[in-house]
Amino acid sequence: MYKYDSYDQAMVDTRVAEFRDQTRRRIAGHLTEDQFKPLRLMNGLYLQLHAYMLRVAIPYGTLNSAQMRVLGDIADKYDRGYGHFTTRQNIQYNWIKLDEAPDILADLASVEMHAIQTSGNCIRNISSDQYAGAAADEIVDPRPYAELLRQWSSFHPEFVTLPRKFKIAVIASDTDRAAMRLHDIGIQIVRNMAGELGCAFYVGGGMGRTPMIAPLIRDFVPLDQLITYSEACLRVYNRYGRRDNKYKARIKILVHEIGKEEYSRQVEAEFAHLLTQGIEPPIAELERIVPFFADPAYDLTAPDAIDRSDPLFALWYDRNCHAHKQPGYSIVTISLKPVGGIPGDAPADQIRLMADLARDFSFDELRVTHAQNIVLPHVRKADLYDVWQQLDAAGLGTANLDGIGDIIACPGLDYCSLANARSIPLAQKISERFAAPEKQAAIGELKLKISGCINACGHHHAGHIGILGVDKKGVENYQLSLGGCEGADTSLGKITGPGFDEDGIVDAVEKSTEVYLSQRKDGERFLDTYRRIGMEPFKEAIYAKEPVNG
Amino acid sequence: MVESQLRFRNDEPVGDPAITVDNFGEQTNAAAVRIEPGDDARDLLPYLDRLKLVEVNFPAFTDGRGYSAARILREAGYAGELRAVGDVLVDQLFAMRRCGFDSFAPQAPLDPADAEAALTRWADVYQATADGRAAIWKKRHG
Repeated sequence: MYKYDSYDQAMVDTRVAEFRDQTRRRIAGHLTEDQFKPLRLMNGLYLQLHAYMLRVAIPYGTLNSAQMRVLGDIADKYDRGYGHFTTRQNIQYNWIKLDEAPDILADLASVEMHAIQTSGNCIRNISSDQYAGAAADEIVDPRPYAELLRQWSSFHPEFVTLPRKFKIAVIASDTDRAAMRLHDIGIQIVRNMAGELGCAFYVGGGMGRTPMIAPLIRDFVPLDQLITYSEACLRVYNRYGRRDNKYKARIKILVHEIGKEEYSRQVEAEFAHLLTQGIEPPIAELERIVPFFADPAYDLTAPDAIDRSDPLFALWYDRNCHAHKQPGYSIVTISLKPVGGIPGDAPADQIRLMADLARDFSFDELRVTHAQNIVLPHVRKADLYDVWQQLDAAGLGTANLDGIGDIIACPGLDYCSLANARSIPLAQKISERFAAPEKQAAIGELKLKISGCINACGHHHAGHIGILGVDKKGVENYQLSLGGCEGADTSLGKITGPGFDEDGIVDAVEKSTEVYLSQRKDGERFLDTYRRIGMEPFKEAIYAKEPVNG
Repeated sequence: MVESQLRFRNDEPVGDPAITVDNFGEQTNAAAVRIEPGDDARDLLPYLDRLKLVEVNFPAFTDGRGYSAARILREAGYAGELRAVGDVLVDQLFAMRRCGFDSFAPQAPLDPADAEAALTRWADVYQATADGRAAIWKKRHG
């Protein structure tokens, strides 16, 4: 993975010093809270309901064991002994003291990490495919391009106060594991007819209160124009994105209002101009970055066979391990969704254990997934049983990847000042309702996503089953939607009808799964059945009056 | 005109009052103009030869359109004074400088030591912009 050189290190060190100075001026009263707020947000520091929250960047979700260990240590030293992995492949801490934030940043900088632009109206941490470099279906590792964009977008002086936040994802396979088209810019690395690599640009996707799937703006941008084209996309947005209403300020609204043809015409004009300005790093810079992501030294004789004699291990293997491009290896996903647990939360001891396992069994690498799980990307199949036993002993052996228990949930009203309803207790109740492994196994792949407000941090629009918490005259109420999906066949969920209270929504989810189980044809997932039979049968079951006895 | 608190030019400041972009095209002897956030800086490109001062107004520091306006003017070759006015704060100075601003007239005076620290803190930068500094990639590869 990428290693900082002296320039990269100086940038994060300087940022620590700058933020220390900004914090000092805030505490001394030289900065008002209104003036300080965008500064702290650009360093991932939010004021939540009870305390400050610090969001740490994990660029394209990749980190090594030393970095992971420091994340665990920070949880112990500055927080309440745990961290929360997020849908942006980051980690956040919920109980931070303002005067300690600069020290945390210094600890992070000591292992080439930072919290730069994890919040605020700027270009956020770049996300990517959590299986990058290991997946059998990618045409190239997308992370070098994400790293090039990371450097370009860090402290970009023109784009420090955009109309609204700006999220970029980079992938390089047709199977989209990063919800690429639900980003402000989604980039897919592709090959053209001549076999050259380039970038397909999708612009104007997003979730929030107005979910949109990003349209294709340009099907091929040569690699040596990637930065220039990105800059053109951003400049048009910075100049013409709406600033009169924060709910209409994302780029998706601009692209929707002027149309993708007009937006792309303006981008092309800006692009043609910027090509004359010499802002593109030379291809040598990309060539410098690419080798950092070279394949690890695989054991070419690693056996491909799996000993399935332990049924619990076999269950976990079938659910949580994914095909690796290298024979004899597997991609392991560690579920942070134990039954009754808080999705994405991990205590410091678990974080450090995952670091140790990465060091010992996965060439020192881990990934954070947008589904709030952790990946060990390169594990020898012969080591899987050992890895699983260690995970299981630490409470990390839950076999539910992409199943109904693998719930995405935002922090909700337990932490977040924007939320209308709690997400975490609901996720806990649903996972308890479906706790039985045979029940989960029967249902198979079912992505359930919960947001505690319309901002949709829990990606409910993209859930096969989505749940949105709303405030109904002071009472928490939950809307159910069906049929959302991220990936190559991205679709947005549709609301079933009137909302439910907390117990009612759990029942409604269960009834939806019953409809699926009774109607499915061979090999169909929940989503496939829904797409075939439509909303009606689900509505009928969910809203049926209970039969009256007697 | 407004008085600059910080100025990084050696020529004499222009004394003309800055007029609106709308009026600038008609007033053929005008040399100073003020850009508001909603103005298109490219409307000024036909007049660069007679422009000596462009003020870019930041009514609120959170509105970043002025950064693009500044770069567009510099990229088009504008070499006159480019002055940030309005809600200009210490922690935005460096980004403004990088976008081509070379004078600053904040509505509330800045602490000189804080301003100096903000402008000199960063030894290197990741992007090539209007200030002519060599980006880190340039230093890596020559």
